[in-house]
Amino acid sequence: MLDLRLYMLQRLSALVMAPLVLGHLALMVYAVQGGISAGEILARTQGSLGWALYYGLFLVAAAIHAAIGLRVILAETLALRSRAFLDLFTLAVGAVFLILGLRALHAVTLA
Amino acid sequence: MLDGPQTLSVSIWRGTGTTGAFQSFEVPRQGSQTVLDVVSWIQQNLDPTLTYRYACRVGMCGSCAMMVNGVPRWTCRTHVNKVDQGGALTIGPLRNLPVIKDLAADMDPFFEKWVKAEGLFHPARTRHEEVARVDPASEARRTADRAIECINCSVCYAACDTVAGNPDYLGPAALNRAWSVVNDERDAGRAEVLAAVSVSGGCHNCHSQGSCTRHCPNELSPLDSIAGLKRETARSFWRKGR
Ligand code: HEM
Ligand code: SF4
Ligand code: SF4
Ligand code: FES
Repeated sequence: MLDLRLYMLQRLSALVMAPLVLGHLALMVYAVQGGISAGEILARTQGSLGWALYYGLFLVAAAIHAAIGLRVILAETLALRSRAFLDLFTLAVGAVFLILGLRALHAVTLA
Repeated sequence: MLDGPQTLSVSIWRGTGTTGAFQSFEVPRQGSQTVLDVVSWIQQNLDPTLTYRYACRVGMCGSCAMMVNGVPRWTCRTHVNKVDQGGALTIGPLRNLPVIKDLAADMDPFFEKWVKAEGLFHPARTRHEEVARVDPASEARRTADRAIECINCSVCYAACDTVAGNPDYLGPAALNRAWSVVNDERDAGRAEVLAAVSVSGGCHNCHSQGSCTRHCPNELSPLDSIAGLKRETARSFWRKGR
């Protein structure tokens, strides 16, 4: 149950995520050298507006993308036809992901 | 003598609407026998009440499609020895469509979606004007060429899992037709077609897995046509915001 707007939103959010995923993977490879600890991660992220923006953007894109993706899976698995219900589901899932993500992001960067 | 079993064990779907069951028949094997020959033989020799549909018997009319051992096929051009499983054939009505009776599926939803997708000609001139000239070598004409030989058989529609999961999805054949209309230089309804395929059951629901293209008996590629529609609608999205 995707119209053009949802389709564009899903492709654009994927486009935003693609380089961020690569950066995230590169950082992981770099950070894990010589072992990794919570303290080491927090030392990098805490108080860093740069990382807050990087992962903030990632988070928003992932919340939009995953909410639309799950909407498609739900609609096609159960052959649902109600747009109102699917819109509500998409918004609710997106909001939950966004809130959970922003809480975690806040804790590791700006708290 | 033919190689292999001399009789075919044929299971045929019998029933009306949503109820029914498979019924078994034994049919003598013959050389160059098609699946449609098998169904006709049963109807002529064993059970005259068997309902099915065909017209041309040469792959032109698109009326004989059925599920054969789980795969949608044009039965008049499908040789038994290419598809039987050790002499066994299971034949059912086309998937993704309501059943009228036995092997005859109700094609109404399929054709209603052609109209919904604006898969029809939107004339730009009246009969009093000169006939438009289309350059056969132009890119649009050659793109349209790849989509026009559709026989409306609904094989692709039966093969599409997205249709199965999303009853409003317009499906590969209607969208393939819409794409050939978009590429018709004489057509005045390009914007209407792009709008019609952008609704919630439109081309953007396609997952690009290509069952339609794989099974189309005329070797068309609805998958590519749909990719073209996605491209053009995305372009018009940036230009007009819809
Ligand atoms: C760079 C990263 C990513 C890219 C390029 C990407 C791309 C895509 C594309 C193109 C689709 C549409 C598939 C279709 O309609 O057939 C899709 C679907 C989906 N994506 Fe992503 N995605 C990415 C990351 C993610 C992430 C991180 C998640 C989960 C949080 C996710 C969850 C989903 C889900 C649930 C679907 C629906 C499945 C479907 O429609 O078939 N994706 N993705
Ligand atoms: S490629 Fe698209 S239209 Fe073709 S079978 Fe798959 S979902 Fe259906
Ligand atoms: S695109 Fe191919 S499979 Fe689909 S209706 Fe036309 S001829 Fe049949
Ligand atoms: S009977 Fe016409 S296509 Fe098979």
